[in-house]
This record gives sequence, structure tokens and C-alpha cells, in this order.
Amino acid sequence: MTEPIIAIRDLRKTFRSGEVDVHALRGVDLTVEHGEFLAIVGPSGSGKSTLFNILGGLTPPTSGTVIIDGQDLMKLSDSGRTKLRKKTVGFVFQKYNLLPTLTVGDNIEIARDIAGFKGPLDQQFRDVIETLGIADKMDRKPRQLSGGEQQRVAIARSVVNHPAILLADEPTGNLDTENSTLVLDLMRSLNKKLGQTILMITHNPEAAAFADRIVHMRDGHLHAAA
Amino acid sequence: MVYKLVWENLKHRPVRTLLSSLAIGLGVTMMLTLVGVGEGMLRDQEARTRGVGADIIIRPAGSSAIGITPPNINERLVAWAKEQPHVTQATGVTIQPLGGVSTVHGVDLDELSKMSGGFTFINGRPFQSGQEAIIDEYYAKEKKLHVGSVVKILNRDWNVTGIFRGGKLTRMMLPKSVLQDLTATTGKVSVIYVKLDDPKQTQAVIAHFKQTLSDYPIYSMDELASQFSVNSIPELKTFIGVVMTLSVLFGFLVVFLAMYTAILERTREIGILKALGAGQSYVLGILLRETILMAIIGSLMGIGMSYVTRWLIATFIPASMTQAIVYSWWPIASGITLGGALLGVLYPAIKAARQDALESLSYD
Repeated sequence: MTEPIIAIRDLRKTFRSGEVDVHALRGVDLTVEHGEFLAIVGPSGSGKSTLFNILGGLTPPTSGTVIIDGQDLMKLSDSGRTKLRKKTVGFVFQKYNLLPTLTVGDNIEIARDIAGFKGPLDQQFRDVIETLGIADKMDRKPRQLSGGEQQRVAIARSVVNHPAILLADEPTGNLDTENSTLVLDLMRSLNKKLGQTILMITHNPEAAAFADRIVHMRDGHLHAAA
Repeated sequence: MVYKLVWENLKHRPVRTLLSSLAIGLGVTMMLTLVGVGEGMLRDQEARTRGVGADIIIRPAGSSAIGITPPNINERLVAWAKEQPHVTQATGVTIQPLGGVSTVHGVDLDELSKMSGGFTFINGRPFQSGQEAIIDEYYAKEKKLHVGSVVKILNRDWNVTGIFRGGKLTRMMLPKSVLQDLTATTGKVSVIYVKLDDPKQTQAVIAHFKQTLSDYPIYSMDELASQFSVNSIPELKTFIGVVMTLSVLFGFLVVFLAMYTAILERTREIGILKALGAGQSYVLGILLRETILMAIIGSLMGIGMSYVTRWLIATFIPASMTQAIVYSWWPIASGITLGGALLGVLYPAIKAARQDALESLSYD
């Protein structure tokens, strides 16, 4: 039996807002298996973005245990978390977050460069580009693309280094229904064809329905779907 | 890939890049122009001194090799020099400063013409009376003078009778005896030029001269020419040092302001890079490379602008200044400017490298 790719026990995160301590996570327990597509659903302020940021190594946890692909996040230093972002996790953000000065191809290439990968793209990733329908847009700048196209580029960038986990934060938050469905279909396709583990955060139940499993988050606690 | 990002970042804000580079380049131009003017004027002075055609130069006791000297050599020494072995000609010249680096020379035109191989008059003729002056083509161009013009020097009007081809001693010449009378230096000269029958005898003749004129600096033409360097003028070296310091400061401020605002503007992009796993050194590397590239562009612009200043000087003040293009200073000026630019980017770059990824991503 293989170890889960994400194992979280009693995760807590408290941060200071002015003179008030905000308890964003109040003892979260979660296990995600390899190749799982999990949706975390919750309203604003429920703590789901905080969980996303901790899993992505963007902020350290306050207490608890977070094991990602065998790495204990509590023990990681700032540079350790940087390394985690480099190779273990890939991000898809609501606002796409593409570098505006670079072309589509270069936005993907810079992620490889940061991770220290050289040489031509592997065949599996070329297939991903075809699946995402952006092969003919590699020379375009982000401003020349629609929102849906930009998000597909962001997905391509997030998986170019074959991360253990793809973290998606409201990936359809800025898209219309048609593009939302397209993007979610593509994410599910990546999950099924490549076995890519995906953890998606959303407040939209329709988007969450594309996942294998849904958990709900409220007031810093996780609840399994009813 | 990083270089591509750096280049695209600079291209993304072309006006900012251009203005920053231009400002960096101004420092390079300042240095190259100053050094070029110093070098150019020395070279020009050397060429004009060589244009006299002398083999030996006798300067007043206690004077330096270059610089304006008051007329305090007894003119009888000219006659004495003419009688020495191997000496075929000797002529004394009176130099009168006119303010700044401008001078007027009082000469015996027949003697000087004979020694130098003759004057070429572009227009007009040599002076003949006490009210006449001749000028070279550069002085005529700068002051917009022509044959028949009247020029006021030493509170007196002089008729310009001839414009001669430049490269002989000075820009403006008057009859020596008239200038001596006007400046109350009758019987005195500033410099004695000596021509020999055989230039190979130069050192022997100098040695012979020094037996009698032990207090006088006596140079061969080659020795004097070797003195025409920036190192011989301590004031110029100090001034170059001041301009170098200003250039570093200029580069520092320009880059500091440009990069500080650029980094604020690109906070979110830095956050994206960090989310992708870029460490502090990666972000620092991008910003340092951007600055280096901007400094290189600025240096090239600065070098280009030094040709513009040379053209301006040659067009509008050719008699007052001459600017040389001193290639050996290109890397020095560029390096100094790059140093200032790197100092300027240091704080903004470190600040950017230390930015929190999450906060940067939230920046709008």
C-alpha cells in the first residue's frame, strides 16, 4: 500500500491581522491519495485559501503535521519551501498569473528553467499541450489570449515539470460557463490520462462536481461531503 | 531563458528603458568628453608645437614643460643660440594670455615661416604693420572672422590680414615687437625655438646649451611632446576624478529610482516567479542582469553621444577646444558607470528578492 501523497493532521494556522489573532485553520485533517482529484469547497473566509497556500509552500503552518510527497512541511525552511514549489507542486490561480512580457512558450519555459530542466519538451508534455489546445499559440503574449486560453496556458505551465500535485485555486473564477467547463474537462482529462493528483479549491459546487471527491470547509474545519 | 525575460522586461517599458539608459549614458558622455577634450587639446597643442619645425625648445627658468609662460627670457639669448654649433635657426616667441586657455603669440613671421617650412594662407596675406594680425582657420570659423575683420585684443583693434592653415604654433599671431611694446616686455620672449642642421645632434646641442643655461628647462621636441599628457596636468586629473564621482552618483540615482519603481510595478510578477519556485538568487539575478544590460545600452549611447559632443565642439568652438575620441577610456567610463548602476540596483533588488511570495501574488 502506497503512502498518501498528502497527509494532514491537526493542521492549524494563526496569523496576525492588526492586533487580532485570526485562526484561519483550526485543526484540519485530510488525506489525499496519488492520482486523486479532490475539490475543497467553502465560502469566503472558510480557510480554504490558507490551506492552499500552506500546501503550496507559500506560507508555513503554525502547528500540526503536513506531509506532501514524503516531505514534512513543518520542517521545511524558506528555501525548502521554495524547492517544494519548484518541483513538487504546480499552481493554477484564478487570475492566471502569466508573465505578461513573455510569450506562451516562454511562460512555460521559464517554469522549466527555474526548476533546472533543460533540453526539449518531453513527448508526454507535448501531448498535454495538444490536449489543452494551445500548440498554435506558443508565440503569443498573454494579452493576445482570451481568459480561457490564458488559464489553459497556466495549466500547461503548472504541469510542465511533472509535479506530484497540481494545486488549483478557483481556476474557473474568472471564466464564463463555456470556458469553465472546458478548463475543468481538461483538468479531469489530465487527472484521468496522466494520473495527475489535483487539489482544487472552489466555492462553486458545479466546478467541484468535476472532482472525484469533495470536502467542505467552514470556519477552519474540513467536513466530508454529505 | 533568464536573458530572454530580462530583454523582454526591458522591451516592455521602452520609454523607461530608453530614458534610464540615456541618463546612464550621460555619465559616460561626461567622462569621455572631459577626457577627450583634455587629450584633444593636448594633442592639438603638441601638433601645433611640432608644426613650428624646431628641434629644441628653451623655456624660461622655473617654468614647467607645458603651460603659458610669461615672457622673461632675455631676447639676446636668441642671438646667442643662433651662433652655437649645429644651429641653423633660432627664433623667440612672446606669449600673452587672453583669459582661459586662449593666448596670442607675438612672432617674427619671417623667421617662424622659414623654420616651419612656410605658412599656407587660405585667405589674405601675412601681417605687415603694427595694426595687423593673422589668425588660423579654426579661430576664423569660431569667431566668424574673415580677412578685413577687426578683432579687439588687449584693448586695441587689429585688422585681420590673413587666415592661415592651422597647425602652426598658435591660433592668432601679432608682430612680436608690437606685442612686446604693448605688454611692456620689450627685449623679452617666452620661448626660444631652435632648429639644427642635423636632428641627430639634438642631445649633444642640448647638453652644450645646458652648460650656459643651466637654470633653463631645455627640451628636444620629442621630450616636450611626451609631456603633453593628462598626467602632466594635476588639475585635469583632479577634475576627471570629480566627474567620475559624479558619474557614479548619477548612475546610482538613476538606476535606484528606475529599478525601485520597476520593482514596485512588477511586484506581482516577482510573486509569480517565486510561486514557480524562483529563489532569492534567481530574482536577484534577473534584476542585476537587467541593470547590466541597461548600463551596456547606456554606455553605447554615451559613447555615441561623445561623438556628438565632438561634432558640436568642432562645429561651434573649434579654436577654443578640440575633443579627441579616446578609445582606451571606453571600457573605463563604461565600467565606472556600471559600478554606479550596480550600486543603485542593490537595494531595490535585495528588497525584491526578499519579497514574500504570497504578499506579492496578492498585489494589484
